[in-house]
Amino acid sequence: MLYREAGQFRSTYSEDQQIFPIRQDRIAIGLLLVVAFVVVPLVANQYWFAAILTPFLIFSLAALGLNILTGYAGQLSLGTAAFMAVGAFMAYNFELRIPGMPILVSFVLAGLCASAVGIVFGLPSLRIKGFYLAVATLACQFFVLWALQRFGWFSNFSSSGVITAGKIEIFGYVFQTAAEKYLLTLGIVTVLALAAKNLMRSETGRAFMAVRDMDVAASVIGIPIMRTKLLAFAISSFYCGVAGALYAFCYLGTVEPEAFNLDLSFRILFMIIIGGVGSILGSFIGAAFITLLPILLSVLFGGFSHLLGVEIPHAWISNIELIIFGSLIVFFLIVEPHGLARLWQISKEKLRLWPFPH
Amino acid sequence: MNVSFFFEVLLGGLLAGVMYSLVAIGFVLIYKASGVFNFAQGAMVFFAALTFVSLVERGVNFWFALVITLAVMVVLGIATEKVVLRPLVNQPPITLFMATIGLTFVLEGLSQLVWGSQPHGLELGIQDVPMESLAQSSGIFISQFDLFAALVAGILVAVLALFFQYTRIGRALRAVADDHQAALAVGIPLKHIWAIVWAVAGFVALVAGLMWGARNGVQYALTFIALKALPVLLIGGFESVPGAILGGLIVGASEKLAEVYVPQMLNAPLTEFFGGAVNLQGIESWFAYVIALLFLLVRPQGLFGEKIIDRV
Amino acid sequence: MNRTTIAIAAAAAVFSDGALAQAKEQFVPHNYYWVGPFAPGGTGIAGGAIDYLNMINARDGGVNGVKFTGEKCETEYNNARGVECYERSKNKGPTGATLIHPLSTGITYSLIDKGTQDKIPILSVGYGRADASDGRVFPYVFPLITNYWSQNTAKIKFMGQKAGGMDKLKGKKIVNLYHDSAYGKETIPVLDVQAKKYGFEVTHIAVPSPGNEQQAQWLQIRQIQPDWVILRGWGVMNPTALKAAQRSGFARDKIIGVWWSGAEEDVIPAGEAAKGYIAAGFNVSGANYPVVQDIMKHVYAKGKGEMEDKSRVGSIYYNRGVVFSMITVEAVRTAQNRFGKGQPMTGEQVRWGLENLVIDEKRLKELGATGFMQPLKVSCLDHEGGGQVKFQQWDGKQWKVISDWISSDQSIVRPMVEASAAQYAKEKGITPRDCSKEK
Repeated sequence: MLYREAGQFRSTYSEDQQIFPIRQDRIAIGLLLVVAFVVVPLVANQYWFAAILTPFLIFSLAALGLNILTGYAGQLSLGTAAFMAVGAFMAYNFELRIPGMPILVSFVLAGLCASAVGIVFGLPSLRIKGFYLAVATLACQFFVLWALQRFGWFSNFSSSGVITAGKIEIFGYVFQTAAEKYLLTLGIVTVLALAAKNLMRSETGRAFMAVRDMDVAASVIGIPIMRTKLLAFAISSFYCGVAGALYAFCYLGTVEPEAFNLDLSFRILFMIIIGGVGSILGSFIGAAFITLLPILLSVLFGGFSHLLGVEIPHAWISNIELIIFGSLIVFFLIVEPHGLARLWQISKEKLRLWPFPH
Repeated sequence: MNVSFFFEVLLGGLLAGVMYSLVAIGFVLIYKASGVFNFAQGAMVFFAALTFVSLVERGVNFWFALVITLAVMVVLGIATEKVVLRPLVNQPPITLFMATIGLTFVLEGLSQLVWGSQPHGLELGIQDVPMESLAQSSGIFISQFDLFAALVAGILVAVLALFFQYTRIGRALRAVADDHQAALAVGIPLKHIWAIVWAVAGFVALVAGLMWGARNGVQYALTFIALKALPVLLIGGFESVPGAILGGLIVGASEKLAEVYVPQMLNAPLTEFFGGAVNLQGIESWFAYVIALLFLLVRPQGLFGEKIIDRV
Repeated sequence: MNRTTIAIAAAAAVFSDGALAQAKEQFVPHNYYWVGPFAPGGTGIAGGAIDYLNMINARDGGVNGVKFTGEKCETEYNNARGVECYERSKNKGPTGATLIHPLSTGITYSLIDKGTQDKIPILSVGYGRADASDGRVFPYVFPLITNYWSQNTAKIKFMGQKAGGMDKLKGKKIVNLYHDSAYGKETIPVLDVQAKKYGFEVTHIAVPSPGNEQQAQWLQIRQIQPDWVILRGWGVMNPTALKAAQRSGFARDKIIGVWWSGAEEDVIPAGEAAKGYIAAGFNVSGANYPVVQDIMKHVYAKGKGEMEDKSRVGSIYYNRGVVFSMITVEAVRTAQNRFGKGQPMTGEQVRWGLENLVIDEKRLKELGATGFMQPLKVSCLDHEGGGQVKFQQWDGKQWKVISDWISSDQSIVRPMVEASAAQYAKEKGITPRDCSKEK
């Protein structure tokens, strides 16, 4: 009953085509944005900004990128972290080598560089599918890291290959505190998430989904496979590249190529699996889950050992966290293979009727 | 160019490739029989090696420890099949793949929880020293242990081949690999077969774990071996044991030759071209993958894999 | 209703430990790693560090009555988690976190800005940024005892000693086998500088991470036939290197490892292949030192020791952890002597304590650590404080010290440190402090 659309009439085309056609959805999103932009900065403390909210947003963006590629276009990719690395290092280089370059332009250009890399390593997808493609994207992952490590130009010939992100300055305003960086990240992520949602509703998105479901049939009805697949790689890598640039500039401050290793790629893959493959909301939910879970486990265990007064060897705790993490992944796959986003959809369906039984 | 050095690199690479194949065979077995790409194979190798070496260090006799570890791996395989795979039976392959990644984390945590995180040495009685006779006569250093590993791999492949060809269970496994539904139709108990397959894969993991553990020591980094086996699978095909061997040889040899000769040949010209120091070391980290990728472009199913047929 | 109340009470109890904290405590975060490929080192160092602090609490009642408290956080050697653990732990305790031992060069890099802003000292003892030895640009970063570049020069000095004089190094061949990561590449410049100065030939060979495949590298080494191989490895790269050396017939006593390649965990997996291997160290192994004996007496005898496997007490990594905590405690003590004995110290005050830290031979004797670690004298200009290295050799069962403390060659290292620090200052827009103006 809460979620009923009855009574909402659309009388113009634009009303019909809007992203959130149901009023409740619009209210919810509006509230969410207000909370994110206004309430959270007033309420949260520095720990939350620096250690939880900013990485959550950055990983959501990367998960969004991967979701576009794997969830919507069906091309399994394990090279996400490599694209993030390209974004991070190229953003650093643009800022460093072109004096006076506005940072947002650097981010966009870094994203475009990541797109270029994505297109190159997406070429195999024209011939290879499924697992083979996933393993082939590992080639991208290892090659990019090797190149960043080996060619000193990328890290300005520092002896260790570590880059230190510079100041973030937009129209003279310096983004320094954790709260400011959070707001900047939030702004960028909101814009890009909106763009992604719109894109997936459009003809491009439909082409992606057609290719995902059955690419032979898609080519039969006239969808250009090569362009579609490469476009998917390009857009996805763009998102991951921007996420990588934000990772370096707004979160860690210094990065080395090793920070973008295979482990990170898997992490982002887990985010979209648990959150929901093929769903924009799912990327956010999955990112929240994976970001918060280790912290939650660690706090819980700390609390337990406090309560019980027993000192559990920390090695045990860390290993148990790992086991729980793995089990949760398997559990989610068994219980809800479409991810948490599906659970949300189901609850929306139920909200249509509640509190009435039918 | 020193010819004997070239041979040394080549031979060393081939032997290293055989070690990769040992791990790849485990993947192949499971994929053949149940269509699951078991990413947890690396963790299984680690778990097997760690269990064995921990038992031996606690004073258990070598052969006895081997038997116990084998039993543990069999139990692990059966448990995996029951808990992880059976509930996910009709899911798309990607979901199963993800589940095995989750399994990897569980196994890694479990191994270190039970046996601790200290590294261990593993002695199999074969010293990892160059063969004296060969070294003296031609100056080529080939390790005794590498030859032993090649022998073990050969025996393993032969045993598996015999198993699949001539035993009833082996034939049943091949039937299941061919077509699940048809196998069910003729009365082959699918669940038992899958349990057996995972048990056999556990055995192969144990062998691979022993070999790799003796080579590098048993520690967490052993799980990364799986990443080396993936290009082997791409080249050899996911469903073929001889393909795994051949793929391993190709990967091992090309990787080592590239690592040694590409910097030697390309560093100088590229430095001139770019005007700054260019150093192409470390190619090993991605060379195998790129070779596999190029291979796939020509032959998408690998050397001996089943042709992929897309039905619309 | 009852169940909900209990649940709420339990949750409150779980999350309220902060409120129960007493006033006179010195909180030290224990952000280490107990899982993952580097867990052997992490668990050892964590054990030593935590045990020493507990020993000081038990034996001395803390420093002038202020006891050490701590909280463990798993960083998994991962930058993002390291940052998260730091953020979570930095405000705990009555005066916030005392200082941080990131135990990872990557995490150190990520925390430099944050620590400087939050006024919490970052101690990268024997790792981290070598150029942070210039305290004028890095007031809150302390690469104590010896940084990577200093260690390298000491190694070359050791080689010179073995050859019969530094002039005898001319024409010799040295291979630098390094882990292909930020950590591994650190010493390439300083080796190149020394190669020019002393006339030896150095070849840098990279081993792709994680380093469990080194066949190609060692074949090349055999071709070069160097006089020495410097092993700059980490984790599995170390035993693999030793085994690969054996496989290619290269004598292990011509391999000199850095101190992150020179622990029991690095040689035991290699078995017989490790005999004769030499490694550098800024601390030694052995459980017979009075300081370690005290830990056994006051902590383990009461069943409160960190190491489940007691045989690890006295190992290289364990003793390294003890050294870390000795520095922590002495810095707090120095700070208290200035800012108020018996009071918990803030990060800023401990920074002063670190910058004026003096641990001389007399103090080492009092601490029961003569020969265990080297004397330290830190200053505003010199955040390294020690700069000496000992060399030890593995005989198959334990590490035997085979040299005295060898000093680094600061005439080579210091100019590089200052140049690199100056560049960092320029990039970041930092004005270096004037040490003479400060007390």
